[in-house]
Amino acid sequence: MMTKPKSIPLFIGISLVVTISITMLISFFYTPYDPNEIHSASRLSSPSAEHLFGTDNFGRDILSRIMEGSQTAFLTGFSAVSIGLTVGLVIGACAGYFEGWLDELLMRFVDALLAFPGILLAIMLVSVFEPGMGSTIVALGIMSIPTFARIIRGSIIQYKKFDFVQASIAKGAGSLRIIFRHLLPNITSPILVAASLSFSGSVLAESGLSYLGLGVQPPDPSWGRMLKEAQPYITSAPWYVITTGLVITLMVLGFNLLGDGIRDSNDNRA
Amino acid sequence: MRYFAYKFSSFLMTFILVSVIIFFVFQMLPGNPAHIILGLDADEQQIRNLEIELGLDRPLPERYFDWVTGIFQGDMGESLRYQLPVADIIQDRLPVTLSLTVLSLLLTVVIGLPLGLYIAQKDGKWTSIVLSILTQLGISIPSFWFGFMLILLFGVVLSLFPTYGYVPWSESFFGALKSFFLPSLAIAISNIAVVIRYLRNTILDQAKMDYVRTAQCKGLSEKAIMYGHILRNGLIPILTILGLTIADTLGGSIIIENVFALPGLGNLLIQSITSRDFPLVQTMILYLSIIVVTINFIVDLLYRLVDPRIRSKG
Amino acid sequence: MKLNLATRTLTALFVFILLTACSNTDGQNHEANGSNSTNGQENNHSSAEVSGGVVRIAMSTEIDNLDPYVSAATDTMSMMDNVFDGLLDTDESGQLVPAIAEDYDISDDGLQYTFRLKDNVVFHDGSELTAEDVVYSYEKLAGLNGGEPISSQFEIIEKIETPSDFEVIIHLKERSSAFLAANIRPILPADYDNHSEKPIGAGPFKFESYVVGQELKLKRNDDYYDVDKIPFLDEVQFKIMPDPESSILAMQAGEIDIIPGISAQGLLQLGDQVKTVSGPQNMVQIMALNNSVEPLNQKEVRQAINLAVDKDMIIETVSDGDGIKLGSNFSPAMDFYYEAGLEDVYATNIAEAKKLMKAAGYEDGFELELTVPSDYQFHVDTAQVIVEQLKEIDIDVDLKLIEFSSWLENVYTDEQYEATIIGFTGKLDPYEILRRYVTDYKRNFINFEHAQYDERIDQALKATNPTEMARMYKDAQSILTEEAASVFIMDPYRTIAMTNGLEGMKMYPIQKFNLEDVHYTE
Repeated sequence: MMTKPKSIPLFIGISLVVTISITMLISFFYTPYDPNEIHSASRLSSPSAEHLFGTDNFGRDILSRIMEGSQTAFLTGFSAVSIGLTVGLVIGACAGYFEGWLDELLMRFVDALLAFPGILLAIMLVSVFEPGMGSTIVALGIMSIPTFARIIRGSIIQYKKFDFVQASIAKGAGSLRIIFRHLLPNITSPILVAASLSFSGSVLAESGLSYLGLGVQPPDPSWGRMLKEAQPYITSAPWYVITTGLVITLMVLGFNLLGDGIRDSNDNRA
Repeated sequence: MRYFAYKFSSFLMTFILVSVIIFFVFQMLPGNPAHIILGLDADEQQIRNLEIELGLDRPLPERYFDWVTGIFQGDMGESLRYQLPVADIIQDRLPVTLSLTVLSLLLTVVIGLPLGLYIAQKDGKWTSIVLSILTQLGISIPSFWFGFMLILLFGVVLSLFPTYGYVPWSESFFGALKSFFLPSLAIAISNIAVVIRYLRNTILDQAKMDYVRTAQCKGLSEKAIMYGHILRNGLIPILTILGLTIADTLGGSIIIENVFALPGLGNLLIQSITSRDFPLVQTMILYLSIIVVTINFIVDLLYRLVDPRIRSKG
Repeated sequence: MKLNLATRTLTALFVFILLTACSNTDGQNHEANGSNSTNGQENNHSSAEVSGGVVRIAMSTEIDNLDPYVSAATDTMSMMDNVFDGLLDTDESGQLVPAIAEDYDISDDGLQYTFRLKDNVVFHDGSELTAEDVVYSYEKLAGLNGGEPISSQFEIIEKIETPSDFEVIIHLKERSSAFLAANIRPILPADYDNHSEKPIGAGPFKFESYVVGQELKLKRNDDYYDVDKIPFLDEVQFKIMPDPESSILAMQAGEIDIIPGISAQGLLQLGDQVKTVSGPQNMVQIMALNNSVEPLNQKEVRQAINLAVDKDMIIETVSDGDGIKLGSNFSPAMDFYYEAGLEDVYATNIAEAKKLMKAAGYEDGFELELTVPSDYQFHVDTAQVIVEQLKEIDIDVDLKLIEFSSWLENVYTDEQYEATIIGFTGKLDPYEILRRYVTDYKRNFINFEHAQYDERIDQALKATNPTEMARMYKDAQSILTEEAASVFIMDPYRTIAMTNGLEGMKMYPIQKFNLEDVHYTE
């Protein structure tokens, strides 16, 4: 199956995700250097055999810091998706199943969330709490609610019309039972696609927030924060900016291709 | 007409919820703006005076009420930090953000549409794979990092464009255009990728439709079919997607303004949040969301006006 | 519940319809006003009279308020200092020199200050500066005119007399050697209250225009009273550029002539395109230790921390080597009052530090929460280095970043912290600098308590001659070091970069851009 040209993007996506996941796992046990160790003698040294990605303005090894930063990326991505999925599921399922005024109200709430362009909602939310990993996760979670809620609502409305669901309703089955037994199992793949895409979206948004100084704060490692710290050295130490940003791009690309690939293979089956 | 009334009321509902969310969020913000304005070494006395002057000593509900009634009277309040009317400050910054947004949308259309059309006609297996990876790459690149790369390439290595700051349109048209070009491109890149993907999918979908096969049987040329039929039908969803990218573009400019040091709303927003300048932040966020909600509403209506099939369903 | 929600929604809906309708018209009104005023400014701008050149200066922070009695931001004050003059001014060594005042004397009991004013001082609006304006300004500052006092430095004034149009006698409630330095505050024209929009002073430059968040323009004051100091420059433009990288690139492109605070990295980029003036800026960066919490209440622990923190390394990595090591809460920028040698009292010595930790009963170290304002990259960077350095003596530092607003509230005001890093900007008066650690001073946020220290400060305040005053302040500095009140890290250099061809920029112990002498050479 992997040999079909159509699956090449999916294959690349999986490879990227697996590679970065493995790097992340390794970073728990091993990094080339202590990511926080400061060497004032070797500040801003360019990539070499000793430091593959060079060193930053404290003389810290950039590769080690990127590896450690992957933990934060995965943690924020995963937690944000979990929050978004859980709340989105409740909202979407209720709205789609019951329809009527409840649907109207919930969807207006979702629309209101969507009215804040891009990262603005997250900026607004993190500014309420102290900046840090926790508030970043909550903000990104809330930011991803609308996507899940809309997809789940749409799919449920679509499947509700199917005979097997109508039959259970006629038999008098409870609504919770119908939602969980009949509707949700049928919409796992759109949810999976949305989860993958919103994972990459969260990673992207986290790096943006941290770049603005509103997201993850030291000592928690963060790619976005690294880019913020790299900005003053963009001309004198371009490798710092280039490597860090490239890793973010590859991670986001991996999950985007993964989500897209899953969708494509489903479309082909249908 | 009933559809319009329904859409309009739900549009208003969204508005209300947006404002409620904004109010709710900003009543919770911690920090004393007077102390922040005056800084570390401020006198106790100075702080107290400023609190009274800014009205921060009054109870919360009263201040909230004042804010709302103030807006009734066309007064959006005064910035705590600048001690100037909020409307004036926003007025100063708006041109930058608007220019960025418009230029970036323009780039999206000028680059995205022709490229998408051209590519859509090449329906090879390998083209589609390479394209899908490339466009995904465009979507995946963090806009601010792409901004850095543009600075490095065009500003530092090639010295083609200014990499900093802002030249007002009134000062020099080409100067302004030059200073906005790189940041707009940084914002546009992901939208261009989205438009190409979308356009391609739409055109390929349309090509499978019955009416195209009929046209082909009638012996119409490929070109005539493409421009006469497919494009006409495909343009409606494209309109929608362009409408939706406006929100993304606005969001993108918040970050990009900080990369290129452009004195726009995004730049101002981040600073006002740090300095706890509530009236300014509230109004700015309200403004930006109003723009997005309104655009969504208009796109929704346009969509119906252009496509009679949707109209008949309503 | 359902009904409640519905009512609320309806009310909100009603409010919102009106809200949007009104705010639209409002926006249009302001647009009209805004474009008129910018046009007016543009016209003035193009009519230059004397050719002396324009200098463009990059400023990293926004202007908080143009009114000198409202503004508190250091950057704003240093820009507007060119528009306003006070009775006195400071020279490069921190000594007070007459400005609007011709001369002054102080009575033997130290309670009566007599200032004789220059008789040719004119405000930018053309009106003459007389004793009446001084009274107006000082009464406003002291709150004697019925309003709240603006500055606590002036609250000490009992009454002000004006024997003639050009003579002012100020009576103090109690003697204080610190009052003299307060007289650098601007004198404003009596009964003019619109400084926030159009500031009027008597300084060497006149206010021209200000665009929020973008630039402040000043023009030469040809009627400046001190004819020897009428500026060379026609015009000064302060450009607001919060990002240091963009100001460097702007300088590279010839868009900026002066960057007041430039990093070593930035200088590297600019190469021989610029020349620099550099030196200590009278700032004290400290890692404040809350003396009232366990285990920081033990002197041994504080000393151990002082021995473990390698200040040279911090200066090297965080400040690119541009900073001077401190040993107490005082910078050598104010030479006259500075006690030399204290910076070497705690030369880095891990073995000794461990010994002290053991003596204090913390052989295995402890956990220390270090709260740092996230808005200041410089302090955040310093914190990251200190975290690593304190590992050496098994102190496990828990770095906590909070927003500056929360920092002001939780750390600075409520003192809910263990350790923090902050920089105190320079003051002209040593009393203002060292008062921080007097036991009952409200902003003594490290909770330092030392009777002898309090006594020294009090003696300095009551001192009758400068040498004695300096001796007391030097003693006080030694006490801070001996007690290891906190870790006094460094005074980071301020380096001013100027394009080649510009000359005459001087360094002061307070942030001050004296643009009177700045000129092009050709």
